[in-house]
Amino acid sequence: MSVEAHEIIPIPQPPKDDVTIGGTARRTLSSPWASAVVIVITVLWTIPTFGLLVTSLRPSGPATNSGWWTVFTDPELTLQNYAEVLGGGEIVSGGILPYFFNSFAIAIPAAIFPLVIATMCAYALAWIPFKGATVLFFMIFALQIVPLQMALLPLLQLFNLGWSIGPVPIIPDLNLGGTYIPLWVAHTMFALPLAVFLLHNFMAQLPRDLMEAAVVDGASHFMIFRKIVLPLSVPAIASFAIFQFLWVWNDLLVALTFAGGTPDVAPITAYLANIVGSYGAKTHLITAGAFIAIVVPLIVFFALQRFFVRGLLAGSVKG
Amino acid sequence: MIWDNIIAGLPKIGIALAAVAAFLGILLILFFVLGRIRGKFANPLAGIMFLGPAILLLIIGLVVPTIQTISKSFYNASGQKFIGLANYGWIFTTENNQKVLINTALWIIVAPIFSTGVGLLLALLLDKMKRESIPKSLIFMPMAISFVGASIIWGLVYAYRDPSQEQVGLLSQVVLWLGMEPPNWLLLQPWNNFLLMVIMIWIQTGFAMVVLSAAIKAIPHDVIEAATLDGARGWRLFSRVTVPMVRTTLIVVFTTILIATLKIFDIVRVMTNGNFGTQIVANEMYSQAFVQFDVGRGSALAVILFLGVIPIVSYNIVQLRKERAVR
Amino acid sequence: MSSPNRRRGVALIVGASAAALLLAACGGSDTSGDSSSAAPDNSSASSSESSSSGDAPAAGCEEYADYGTFDGASVTIFTSILPPEQGLFEESWAQFESCTGIDIVYEGSDQFEAQLPTRIAGGNAPDIAFIPQPGLLAKLVETGGPIAAPASVGSLVDEYWNPAWKAYGTVDGTFYAAPLGSNMKSFVWYSPKVFAEKGYTVPTTWDELWSLSDQMVADGVKPWCGGIESGGATGWPATDWLEQIMLRMYGGDVYDQWVNHTIPFDSPEVTAAMDVLAGWMKNPDYVNGGFGNVQTIATTGFQQAGEPILKGECGMLQQASFYANFWKEFNPDATVAEDGDAYAFYLPAMNADVPNPVVGGGEFVTAFSDRPEVAAAQTFLASPTFATNKVKLGTWVSANSGVPLDAYTPGSIDQLSAQYLTDPQGTFRFDASDLMPAAVGAGCEWTEMTAWFAEDKPTADVLKAIDACWPAE
Repeated sequence: MSVEAHEIIPIPQPPKDDVTIGGTARRTLSSPWASAVVIVITVLWTIPTFGLLVTSLRPSGPATNSGWWTVFTDPELTLQNYAEVLGGGEIVSGGILPYFFNSFAIAIPAAIFPLVIATMCAYALAWIPFKGATVLFFMIFALQIVPLQMALLPLLQLFNLGWSIGPVPIIPDLNLGGTYIPLWVAHTMFALPLAVFLLHNFMAQLPRDLMEAAVVDGASHFMIFRKIVLPLSVPAIASFAIFQFLWVWNDLLVALTFAGGTPDVAPITAYLANIVGSYGAKTHLITAGAFIAIVVPLIVFFALQRFFVRGLLAGSVKG
Repeated sequence: MIWDNIIAGLPKIGIALAAVAAFLGILLILFFVLGRIRGKFANPLAGIMFLGPAILLLIIGLVVPTIQTISKSFYNASGQKFIGLANYGWIFTTENNQKVLINTALWIIVAPIFSTGVGLLLALLLDKMKRESIPKSLIFMPMAISFVGASIIWGLVYAYRDPSQEQVGLLSQVVLWLGMEPPNWLLLQPWNNFLLMVIMIWIQTGFAMVVLSAAIKAIPHDVIEAATLDGARGWRLFSRVTVPMVRTTLIVVFTTILIATLKIFDIVRVMTNGNFGTQIVANEMYSQAFVQFDVGRGSALAVILFLGVIPIVSYNIVQLRKERAVR
Repeated sequence: MSSPNRRRGVALIVGASAAALLLAACGGSDTSGDSSSAAPDNSSASSSESSSSGDAPAAGCEEYADYGTFDGASVTIFTSILPPEQGLFEESWAQFESCTGIDIVYEGSDQFEAQLPTRIAGGNAPDIAFIPQPGLLAKLVETGGPIAAPASVGSLVDEYWNPAWKAYGTVDGTFYAAPLGSNMKSFVWYSPKVFAEKGYTVPTTWDELWSLSDQMVADGVKPWCGGIESGGATGWPATDWLEQIMLRMYGGDVYDQWVNHTIPFDSPEVTAAMDVLAGWMKNPDYVNGGFGNVQTIATTGFQQAGEPILKGECGMLQQASFYANFWKEFNPDATVAEDGDAYAFYLPAMNADVPNPVVGGGEFVTAFSDRPEVAAAQTFLASPTFATNKVKLGTWVSANSGVPLDAYTPGSIDQLSAQYLTDPQGTFRFDASDLMPAAVGAGCEWTEMTAWFAEDKPTADVLKAIDACWPAE
């Protein structure tokens, strides 16, 4: 029933007309009030992060012993904390940079792999007619409920010991410890349910005529997927890519389990957690490290937020 | 030193990009080869190729571990002795655990409602507002911050010092400025639970706002026009037209945040470690399984979480099915 | 595995670094039959000088020559010890690495206790872990993973450590792990400068300690400060306080019964000890100097707890020897010395029947792999050569009696700690919470003691709840 009756829902376009809900709401609430509420909430939401930024720019004494707001009466700022965290000093040996690169090396493939696999899966569920497609889709959706923590140990055993049923090895011991591969695979697995769900919702809405025309022309599914579906799905794919990149970049639990804390593979969050553990009193260094860790996701987010909204929306909006 | 580190780091990026290239390359070749096959095997083959990798990974990564966890929840700490429902008995009869269950229930009610509610309010207010992108970006920003980072940020808000000392926590200072004496925030039961939820709401509101804002913009304007002509204004318009029109989006947003809330353990782990009456199921599960090595109890707690989400996911599935049936 | 090179090597290192002791002690031992044991024996020790002439060691490598060489081999070490201590460890074995060709890969994690069992179960065990809890070691042995220590390590431990230490590294009669560093936990930190200013004298008896406290109260200063917040391990400093009192009140036997659960956790003995602790760290007149009321103990990081002492806002802090490293964090110019900004005195004995009670802690070098280079590293870490190297770098104590006391900086806390830890008359016991099962020592005891401070949970309820956590078997 699902695959047959698709209604075409276009990627939402803002109506050109002024008569919108928000417009009316604004009139009702009267514009200055609405603006005031928005400004108050925005300020409230931003202050904590601003406090982090200010603290990270203060010398160690004031950063540790006074509130960051005293910067307005004691405006002494320094980049020394960043120099120390980045370059490595007496206290922070080696610096944060090796971990910074690890975060990239983990997050880029761990965003792309699940994306490609989920796109293929979503396409099949939406456009390759087979019995049980709906049931399968709901089962995949339902897998969102599995708590990550449940899957950590079995996966770790798989990566390090292989898998066998009785004496018959199904997957050999691949000895993957100390590489990025377990992290890529684990993140890919954990990302699939949500990715398939979002992408399927998007793809199910693609114009049926287009697909049918292609089939009539004798195109294979592989052809349709590459030539029609992929290009049309770029917004949804991009939005999920950002979502997944942010998630992987910010992850600590999977990283701790599969990568440990060595500078060879551990990401920046693991490093940050460690310096919090060992320099509880070094507020100025912790805040600088935290800010460096935040910068990349912020850049990614600000640069690509247009896509983020458009793609996530697909499927969840009922026209 | 910094440059040395940067140069030393570049090969890591190279490895990552090479892996991506290899992965895509293999797929392309497979596509090319399988795409040539015609006849009655074409469709099944395509199905296997498209579905296979995802299903394989899901079975290995999620389905099998789930089954293992469920079975382990009936065993003792070391997983060697079958003890029936004893672990579940422990969860429901220990006084501390009852508190844990109540806290978890509070979390999954309060955090999604406030995140979605404030997000909806902002989405309404921001619609058509000039320069909406600035507040939108700033409110969304916490979404891009890791829980480790968030806990450092909020540590600077909730820090407590004796009122006679110079304050380092913003909240305490604000209360002092107002002429009152600040409490030790994280000890303040039961309100400390809500102070921790604020962090979750801070992170998730931006997500709700952005998605709902787009949904509101996507409401066809003739619907609004018709409603306005019928005399619908303000609250009536909001409750009779807007909310029903974005209902599906609301449900998806609410569910997504709710599932995230159920699984979250980082905030509690870092801010209080579950002390001071703030423990929740996900963190207790981590402590039992990974700190106290009681895999049985840890698994039973995981199963509780799992069961807790089932009704919500089922509701979503029912909604989705209805919607599809309509189409 | 059976590298003759290494066997000869281990024998020599012992011979070279402590020849006199070795000759005196190992006279009769002859256990060279087992190729994996590499036990020191006289014949190989004396012959090794000549046999090593074939591949003469590089300059500076004489001491290490007989561990053999392992080109390209690496040994991974997993530990909870984080920077800045990490750098000192790496420095202390740098020469061992360059002489033997073994690359030691150090990894520290603040989630060590959770990660180690996960990795072992996941088949991803490190070669060596520094385990700070004998209780955890016993648990791991039960589920499998740790490998019995080679005989070369065993004989070094027999030689240089108090037998109590070997017992803590032994599970069911098999010796697994040699001690590494040691913490002396029975210290009270104070500021000699402030004491001199106010005319306070360092107390040497239990009663003097409390009259000093009262004198500080009269002078308008809170005598004690404390902090038990420690992320995932919040509560552990409070368990240390209870252990100090238990050992001081009742001595080693009752302490051992308490650890083994021969007496329950809510027995009258423990209740009485908790009452003493309540009159000390839960006494609103005494705490929490520089931070506020009693409750703040629960939210103050143990790392920050000593800061008010430098400012004169708090008189004393009960903390272990490792706290010496923290004073410079508060003030880069702070000196740790008998006449400096911070120093420690021995927490006095309470009971004349329990002489010089000392609660201590330490790490145990546990191997999870039996490759020869791992055994070589393990043997090296148990040797007086390593311990002396590490001690000379400062801020570290070893209970290895092969380390001469003058290797420590004179007058340093480390030297003072070593003095107490190696005191033959002392009543030494290991940190109890590290010996108890993890469900208690790393679970309920932490959370319940935290609730005792934070929520003023009644003592009887706290002890009952902890006792209920004791695993059934």
